[in-house]
Amino acid sequence: MTQTVIATYPFNWGAFLDYLLNPNGMVTNGIRLTIIIAVVSEIIGVVLGVLLALARMSRSKVLRRASGIYIWFFRGTPLLVQIAIVYFAGFPFFGLPIFGGYSWGDVTVFGVVIPGRILAGIFALSANEGAYMAEIVRGGITGVDAGQLEAARSIGMTRALAMRLVVLPQAARLIVPPLGNQFNMMLKTTSLLSVISVVELYTASSIVQGQTFQPFEVFFAAAIYYLIMTSIWNFIQSRVERRLGRGWGEERGAQDRLTTRLFGRGLPSRNQAAVSLDR
Amino acid sequence: MTGVNAADVGDGTANDVVVEAVDVQKWFGKLHVLQGISLTVKRREAVVILGPSGSGKSTFLRCVNHLEKIQEGRILVNGHLIGYREVKGRLVEDKEKNIARQRAEIGMVFQNFNLFPHKTALENITAGPMHVRKTDEEQARSEALVLLERVGLRDKADAYPLRLSGGQQQRVAIARALAMKPALMLFDEPTSALDPEMIGEVLTVMKELAFDGMTMIVVTHEMGFAREAADRVVMMADGVIVEEGVPSSFFNAPEHERTKAFLSQIL
Repeated sequence: MTQTVIATYPFNWGAFLDYLLNPNGMVTNGIRLTIIIAVVSEIIGVVLGVLLALARMSRSKVLRRASGIYIWFFRGTPLLVQIAIVYFAGFPFFGLPIFGGYSWGDVTVFGVVIPGRILAGIFALSANEGAYMAEIVRGGITGVDAGQLEAARSIGMTRALAMRLVVLPQAARLIVPPLGNQFNMMLKTTSLLSVISVVELYTASSIVQGQTFQPFEVFFAAAIYYLIMTSIWNFIQSRVERRLGRGWGEERGAQDRLTTRLFGRGLPSRNQAAVSLDR
Repeated sequence: MTGVNAADVGDGTANDVVVEAVDVQKWFGKLHVLQGISLTVKRREAVVILGPSGSGKSTFLRCVNHLEKIQEGRILVNGHLIGYREVKGRLVEDKEKNIARQRAEIGMVFQNFNLFPHKTALENITAGPMHVRKTDEEQARSEALVLLERVGLRDKADAYPLRLSGGQQQRVAIARALAMKPALMLFDEPTSALDPEMIGEVLTVMKELAFDGMTMIVVTHEMGFAREAADRVVMMADGVIVEEGVPSSFFNAPEHERTKAFLSQIL
């Protein structure tokens, strides 16, 4: 009788802690790259999202249509495929000699050399993020009472000025919670750039794993790093929400505690449930 | 002080006319909401528009600062067409910038206050002067504080609107409109969203404005205000003006059947 041999090995706590506490240079660079790519892509994505949302709501039919098609495409196709198209096809330049034509050449900005593949990665992530942010921004703007725009116009503001001073600041309060969610995802989605060999945290970890054959320990350490990054972001986000909540009684106290944000509220006790029903 | 505005109405020269609406027609789809409204409001005159809901009175008011388009007729404020330009005898909607410039001269107070919730009471008032009139911040602030004093809310300058009662919010909204130093004030049912005990404080501010000679058009159901503060009362029903007159004769001896029926329901 033959027995199936299941290849297992004991979890090596020492190795795990070593990966976690003494990451090699490639991994620390990977963490740095992950943060830089996520932050830059999110910023470009938000700017793009605001522009796309305004285009989607503009009085020009051409702008509305163009924005709609853009959002439709980027939300309707997998990000992985978009990254591949951008990097391998040089999309959307289709061989025009911009950024080196079909391939993404390195670009020097203020004396810093940015490798083409990182540029392509940021391009793809931003383009994708813009489509999602456009819908979030549009939701935020629509969520602001129409009377606000009328009041702003009745004191002589043009539509553009009213948008900037009255509508968008109020929309921001509605936009930040989903935006935070998007950035949380962005931090993790950077790992998809491994497909075009950007050595961010995940790619760096898998290279280490290929050398040491300790996948569980290596990737578990990577998971902890991602968790730390998203947790720090959670903290920052709650601060931003509190600031934007001025005027709505959210300045202080009304916000969730950090532990609540991270682990949820748990089940309400009987008394709490009764109270919430009363309201 | 009550008699001041009547005496100051002037001799009726064109210069003394603030609002001149001529045969204003408006449709919402198939609904003919304004069926030829003609109304003249002179400088320092307070006109109250009464009428059952659906009579088109709020819609007409919103046409005066072009928050609503009109399909026929014309509305002039201070002698200038509002919202439109005349091109070869036809009215074409004006450029947004020009409309905004005209609206800056016309204050509007809304039923739901529409204060900016992310700005303090003071910031609500300074927003217009600073960003539309380009007044510098210091001057805008000091003028805003004077206005807050005038509406009795000097101590609420740094409060956010949602921390204020409805009556206080509406008084801040009046101050916000006054900060633009408008030639005309429009009130669109300013007390309809208020609890009864807060109506008085808003009406008091409005009466003072009327007695100080502000030109104003007020759409309201407050008969007491109309009797005390209005120079003229206009009755609208089904998109037309059915009757108008000075408060004493309007309330004591209404002529039109619709007015009689309306007053008997309200009073």
